[in-house]
Amino acid sequence: MSETAAVHPNNANDKIAVLMKEAESLKAKLEEERAKLNDVSLSTVAERLEMITYINIKPRRVLKGHQAKVLCSDWSPDKRHIVSSSQDGKLIIWDAFTTNKEHAVTMPTTWVMACAYAPSGNLVACGGLDNKVTVYPITLDEDMSTKKRTVGTHTSYMSCCTFPNSDQQILTGSGDSTCALWDVESGQLLQSFHGHTGDVMSLDLAPSETGNTFVSGSCDKMAFVWDMRSGHVVQSFEGHQSDVNSVKFHPSGDAIATGSDDSTCRLFDMRADKEIAIYSKESIIFGVNSVDFSVSGRLLFAGYNDYTVNIWDTLKSQRVCLLYGHENKVSCVQVSPDGTALSTGSWDYTIRVWA
Amino acid sequence: MVTMTSEVDKNNSTAVCKATSSSATYNSATKHEDAPNILVYKKMEAIIEKMQAENTGVAVRTVKAFMSKVPSVFTGADLISWILKNTDVEDVTEALHFSHLLASHGYIFPIDDHALTVKNDGTFYRFQTPYFWPSNCWEPENTDYAVYLCKRTMQNKTRLELADYEAENLARLQKMFSRKWEFIFMQAESQSKVAKKRDKLERKVLDSQERAFWDVHRPMPGCVNTTEIDIKKAYRRGGSSHGSGSAGAALSNNPIEQLTRIITLRKQKLERRTIKVSKVSESLVSYFEQYSEFDYFITSPELPNPWQTDNTEMWDAEKFTKEIPMRRVKRWAFSLRELLNDPIGREQFSRFLEKEYSGENLKFWESVQQMKALPQSEIKEAITNIWKEFLAPDAPCPVNVDSKSIELAREAVHSTSGPNRWCFDVAASHVYHLMKSDSYSRYLRSDMYKDYLNGSKKKIKSIPNLFGVKR
Repeated sequence: MSETAAVHPNNANDKIAVLMKEAESLKAKLEEERAKLNDVSLSTVAERLEMITYINIKPRRVLKGHQAKVLCSDWSPDKRHIVSSSQDGKLIIWDAFTTNKEHAVTMPTTWVMACAYAPSGNLVACGGLDNKVTVYPITLDEDMSTKKRTVGTHTSYMSCCTFPNSDQQILTGSGDSTCALWDVESGQLLQSFHGHTGDVMSLDLAPSETGNTFVSGSCDKMAFVWDMRSGHVVQSFEGHQSDVNSVKFHPSGDAIATGSDDSTCRLFDMRADKEIAIYSKESIIFGVNSVDFSVSGRLLFAGYNDYTVNIWDTLKSQRVCLLYGHENKVSCVQVSPDGTALSTGSWDYTIRVWA
Repeated sequence: MVTMTSEVDKNNSTAVCKATSSSATYNSATKHEDAPNILVYKKMEAIIEKMQAENTGVAVRTVKAFMSKVPSVFTGADLISWILKNTDVEDVTEALHFSHLLASHGYIFPIDDHALTVKNDGTFYRFQTPYFWPSNCWEPENTDYAVYLCKRTMQNKTRLELADYEAENLARLQKMFSRKWEFIFMQAESQSKVAKKRDKLERKVLDSQERAFWDVHRPMPGCVNTTEIDIKKAYRRGGSSHGSGSAGAALSNNPIEQLTRIITLRKQKLERRTIKVSKVSESLVSYFEQYSEFDYFITSPELPNPWQTDNTEMWDAEKFTKEIPMRRVKRWAFSLRELLNDPIGREQFSRFLEKEYSGENLKFWESVQQMKALPQSEIKEAITNIWKEFLAPDAPCPVNVDSKSIELAREAVHSTSGPNRWCFDVAASHVYHLMKSDSYSRYLRSDMYKDYLNGSKKKIKSIPNLFGVKR
């Protein structure tokens, strides 16, 4: 509460009431405007496509080695290595193809919530409850941690990170409701992104040729699209009833998919500026932690708190397949860079590769 | 030897609920209505309530067994068939998984097994009393657990005998609470006395419900503890103390600022130009049609998928063959972005531009992208070089951009506020648009591209990796 609000509580309350009324009327107007765009639904347009009745996808690898919940994982650009982080403070680099552990690093913190490979494949970043993002060059030396460097610090936990187009920058999201772009070499804050009113859970870079925009999902139930250059929100999407845990750009860059604690996934189109599909079922009652698209954008893989991965037909809005195997919450899912496999990480301490 | 009676004894189980509520004394934490786990509990409870509905629910019975009665139970098979009939699960596997989740969260439980799961057979299950539901935010303490285990040892009934892991837990707790063990023992004793006064069947149900409660909160080794919550969510519910001093936190605590922000966003949305859903749907469907042959989950690749066959031919082929696969060349025609993403495509296009005497456009655009990826310390120099090379009045390799973009770039280059890696973005996007609308479409119509597409010119010395970004 601001000082004036403390002195004149009635004035503040009046002001809030006025603002609330305005926000509501804008919402109504917006809904009316957007409803005009609903000439035909996505699933109707997709009727001309054949139904996907079967997908040949089976568990192919199980990566065992973490002694606690796997919280995040990321594919290497080489299409076969995976970096993963876990609740016990360990970071492991796997050759997922042979299931060998190639490096293991112990972080000075527990709950390493985020990790990411740099585009060169020679560097990884991670962080979590320590509020920091730290980079580790992948070296042939036994101990990678001697070369580690802290790049940035948030005022609350770091929930997600990614390298936007270059080894030289890291984009992070945090429980302090902000996102930040850091210069890896100097640790300088290049841009910060204020606007969310809840913890930032997830971010994803737009697959455009310039790579200047990204999307973030937050516990304020919103997804924001940001311009990295100005630090401003250029587009916002609402509709979820609870925390948005995951956001992902459609490979075309024209839409984003979200996964939420309200147990739904949704597809928001950038051009229509609205939700155009919702992926849910009455019997799916647990939250979604992570989503990713297949190469064509037709399939959406979603990892749930009910230990399963649901595969959705994004265009027909139907579930195609349900993957069982994990024995606890699925915390992260990611399609490999060449689209040949899907990795899933879980609170059951394992990472699985499906193809 | 088990026979079922058709008598449905709902009344009995309600009586049980009341009895439990008055005797158990565990502490529950404060409830946050919007916490993500509460959201899930509410949904599960809605289903449990349907299951317990008088005529349409799962039939709860008292079963006559040899020498005794088993009160208020239902079979796993009955439960599974109810779920199949009353929800939109698709098959038995999903129904089993669904009921396993209900069990592991403690809403239903097998009457004599610490492992909270459900089998599709004649095994008996019971509903948990709402008092013990996880939505009450139980955070029972170890002393409560000690009292409970201690109490179990006082009742010399085989069904109440401690499991091995429970005996170990009890020993550990006894060590931990050695000083107040007397107190714990007394509490257990008095609870045990109260229990003995109860009706025999009622006691059976009560004991099992209490046991199931502890099976949720102190699960058997190897079972998932479903009461653990994501620390990210726990942090947030814990209050607003974290992130003090950050603008984000300040924003979230001030309702006026928050509302003002929402209003701005909505106004921004109202002004935005939009496209009809039919149009955007059409484009997403076409995108799939164009890319479906590259989606290995939908179309089987020409070479075997390494993950399915342990054969890395597919990856090796990309590294070693001298032929560019047709499918790769085909992709260059999808968009300029696709062409430039492929190192060979980029090289081809650059050669085409040279022939057209407009090679500087791509060079400029590439230089700008490369500059943006540099460390901050090298930005200033790179900016100056790009300016001199492409934009300055006496540039050796001038690009053709509008005067407004040049002006913006000039200001940025000569500004004193430090180097800005995005200062050429307007100019670069202008040039990109130029290439896309002009040279790119000419390239696709050129013999150079057609030769490649027809396969007459596929051989080259070495093929850079498609997905490795060339820098």
